[in-house]
Amino acid sequence: MAITSIKNLKEFSTNNDRFEGSHLLCPGCAHSMIVRELMNCTDDNLVIASNTGCLEVSTAVYPYTSWDTSWIHIGFENAATAASCAESMYKARKRKGTLKDNDAPVKFVAFGGDGSTYDIGFQWLSGAMERGHDFTYICLDNENYANTGGQRSSATPIGANTSTAQAGSHSYGKKQKKKDIVAIMAAHGAPYVAQLAPNKWKSMAKGFQKALETEGPCFINTVSACTTEWKFDPKDTIHITDLATDTLMFPIYEIIDGHELNILYRPKNILKVEDYLGAQGRYRHLFKPENKHVIERIQSDIDKNWEMLQRREEARI
Amino acid sequence: MAKEFDLNEVEVWDGNYAASQALRQAQIDVVAAYPITPSTPIVEGYGSYVANGYVDGEFVMVESEHGAMSGCVGAAASGGRVATATSSQGFALMVEVLYQASGMRLPIVLTVVNRALASPLNVRGDHSDMYLGRDSGWIQIDAFNPQEAYDLTLCAFRMGEHLDVRLPVMVHQDGFTTSHKAQNVTPLKDEVAYAFVGDYVPVNDMLDFSRPVTHGAQTEEDWHYEHKAKQHKALMDSRTVIDEVFADFKALTGREYKRVESYLMDDAEVAIVVLGSSVETAVLAAKQLREEEGIKAGVVSPRCFRPFPYDLVRDALDIPTLKAVSCLDKSAPGGAMGALFNEVSAAVYTTKARPMMTNYIYGLGGRDFAVDEAKRIFKEQKAHADAGHITTDIQQFSGLRGPKLGFFQTRRD
Repeated sequence: MAITSIKNLKEFSTNNDRFEGSHLLCPGCAHSMIVRELMNCTDDNLVIASNTGCLEVSTAVYPYTSWDTSWIHIGFENAATAASCAESMYKARKRKGTLKDNDAPVKFVAFGGDGSTYDIGFQWLSGAMERGHDFTYICLDNENYANTGGQRSSATPIGANTSTAQAGSHSYGKKQKKKDIVAIMAAHGAPYVAQLAPNKWKSMAKGFQKALETEGPCFINTVSACTTEWKFDPKDTIHITDLATDTLMFPIYEIIDGHELNILYRPKNILKVEDYLGAQGRYRHLFKPENKHVIERIQSDIDKNWEMLQRREEARI
Repeated sequence: MAKEFDLNEVEVWDGNYAASQALRQAQIDVVAAYPITPSTPIVEGYGSYVANGYVDGEFVMVESEHGAMSGCVGAAASGGRVATATSSQGFALMVEVLYQASGMRLPIVLTVVNRALASPLNVRGDHSDMYLGRDSGWIQIDAFNPQEAYDLTLCAFRMGEHLDVRLPVMVHQDGFTTSHKAQNVTPLKDEVAYAFVGDYVPVNDMLDFSRPVTHGAQTEEDWHYEHKAKQHKALMDSRTVIDEVFADFKALTGREYKRVESYLMDDAEVAIVVLGSSVETAVLAAKQLREEEGIKAGVVSPRCFRPFPYDLVRDALDIPTLKAVSCLDKSAPGGAMGALFNEVSAAVYTTKARPMMTNYIYGLGGRDFAVDEAKRIFKEQKAHADAGHITTDIQQFSGLRGPKLGFFQTRRD
């Protein structure tokens, strides 16, 4: 059952404490905020699967675990499959009456970083979405392979300096645009798809609740600011995330049944993307005169995307 | 409740159908699978049972074999019975998760219909996939014909799910020569088969929320070594459980299985050690040679490929009369002696007699292995025995077109 009291952050943040604070994530990492929001927004039992990545290596190092619920990690690419087939086992055992508690409500959730979601686990995710399992996949999108030293993924935005798409005298960093994973997941016909951010914690909690309550495969992309690889002070995680949502670099919206788009956050003052880029070391080189065109390109892409989202919302189709 | 399947006392089944019937009778909770030649009919057969109400578990057709084994791991950690089937390239794609399944101590049953590995692409039977799995930490049991594919698939659940074992089990059969060969098979009634397999006992069940569990933790240099050692011990210790399951199965059906099968070995002078459907060919050749030419030929086969039964292989080949042994490997050795040769030689080295050991690579990509070829290999062993030394290269390719191919000779200064 969904938790109803999400108006008070203090109360909400300590509800259902099933994710222990003693983990190995970097100070200032947004992953733990997002995970905690998910686990606190419901009273139901949770089976959680994690792909290999920052979250996994930081929360289940033998003989310790941060998870006070059922949790499984297999490999880099297959958390969607683990969670979806755990759900199949649940259905089979419920039918046969072999569960320890046959009436207890259970929700199945898979977590992956952007590397395991956009890249190496893409096929497994697509397969699980197509099969229609009742589960929710949450991508902790920090736009790089942060667990292994900040290599580029297909979620890395154009212009970012990464350890495999370096900025240098002959390069402005990553050359390719970020993959639109939300559109791809919506195109699977998933009943609920959203992009959410932990600074907008109420809309995030409500989005998580919607996904958990919706029958069928749901997908949520969450922006997870990475202090280590985006290069900002650990205390500024929420500030950076505010800039991400207020520049519309990371718009907050949901898509229901593959077509009904709702914008969940409209900044009162839309900021210029320079404010977001300038706050992070990974974009510092873009402010050199020769790279001005990249910033212009990023702003232009943001403007076009925002226009597209608004038109789609208006169209109601 | 699943419908009972109306079975005759004797059915005419191929190896694939026999395996699929055994999977049905085990009342599996989740089958996550992906089709590939030649194991596809196992998955298709199981699907038809689902479609017609003979199965009340879940049947998940995933997007790849990696997904199939990943799904099996997720489902097995959720406290129920799990199985799948594959071959060849699909097996190769699964390899990452095979290691994870055994390391996580999840008793999944995988029916493997052995097939060559590309390149060149080849859909026919050899043992390349079976050999690829040999370090994966799974129990590997080998069926030589459709009846055995049925029997051993039922036995596999008992072995892997035993609380002292808790390891995944592969049941191998040869692609086409067994999987597509229809023979008389005597099945058990549904209730008898299920009573033999027994109810699944969940361990570290993710769906028991009174006791949260973490599956698939990370260990580095501080604990990884101990975990792998413990896993190896569990696999080695499974030998007694495998023997118990075989004994129970014999009591139920009269059909006897041993971890190492021996044929005509009591007074044998020459022997072939071989796996799979070729065992029956070699046994037929040995019988004929004994009758026709008085050559005392015998055959040994490690039915249990993992854990490898070094002691029983040694005992089977520790025959005072035995002079020469040829190990036949149906997998491209990739710059080494065949794996069976290496393992059998290690076992034979501890015997007093230490017969002469040679290695044949044979039957790659489904090249036929006929009685005449087995006879020729026996006769060559007899020539070694008579000469008192190995008269050929130690490793040879049998049945190869073009000039003879062989490597290494015994040093005789």
